[in-house]
Amino acid sequence: MTPEEVKHHVKTYVLVFVALAFLTIVTVAISYIDLGVKGGIALGLFVASIKASLVACYFMHLLDEKATIYWTLIATAISFLILIFLPVGAFLAQARVY
Amino acid sequence: MDIPFNVKERPDTGLYNGKLGIWFFLASEVMLFGGLFSAYIFLRNGVDNWPAGTDYLDVPLATLNTLFLISSSVTMVMSWASLKLNDFNKYKFYTLITLLFAFGFLVIKYFEYSAKFSHHYYPSTNNFLGIYFTMTGLHVLHIIGGILVIGYFYGPGSKMWNSDPERFTNRVEIVGLYWHFVDLVWIFLFPVLYLL
Repeated sequence: MTPEEVKHHVKTYVLVFVALAFLTIVTVAISYIDLGVKGGIALGLFVASIKASLVACYFMHLLDEKATIYWTLIATAISFLILIFLPVGAFLAQARVY
Repeated sequence: MDIPFNVKERPDTGLYNGKLGIWFFLASEVMLFGGLFSAYIFLRNGVDNWPAGTDYLDVPLATLNTLFLISSSVTMVMSWASLKLNDFNKYKFYTLITLLFAFGFLVIKYFEYSAKFSHHYYPSTNNFLGIYFTMTGLHVLHIIGGILVIGYFYGPGSKMWNSDPERFTNRVEIVGLYWHFVDLVWIFLFPVLYLL
């Protein structure tokens, strides 16, 4: 990365920081809106996902990484989704029994 | 004997070894915290009435802590960028600010935990507090680990800048990736435990 590129990145980091701070306030604000349990969870996690994407893409430089890291993350994401959906599958199975 | 590929990129991966190593480590961390998030879903769906986070937890303090972590993340990446721009003094400045935000996070967490204990709220009180203390406790341990490593690179470890600046910059990039991951975990912990 050339010094000019780094200087350009620094400006982006500041903008991302402002966006993250703003989205934190948005996260808190939407928790005061009555959207029901499912609506609240969906919107809350949606905003959290945007924030996480900003951190991963810009601070962790995932927008411009090598294929080895992308493949590692794809394998991680698949494993993570299995882990998260295990309890969901268990509850669906339970619902069918009752 | 020198360890190969800690500055130059390996031809097969296109990365220096430390960077691939930290990403493998972070992948394992995703599974560690993923297991706890999975447990949270299991516990929450297993009962008819799950308490609201606001019943037990202090949202304004946690919001301040979120801002602390986000700020520490930006100062961390700025410290790495300063090294890339060959400005060691700025690196020291941004790293010090990062450490201050990290300590600020711990101080607020101390007040939060103290308030819980003074109200006789313990991990054994109920499932909500059990998963709250487990997840935030593990996260706090990661913060402490980060402080130790960042502190080392602020203090004695920074001597490497004089002998091998490229390798030192890579080391700061690696600890930065870890620190951003710790921030990323909190970005999900905050709404899940405090707001939903």
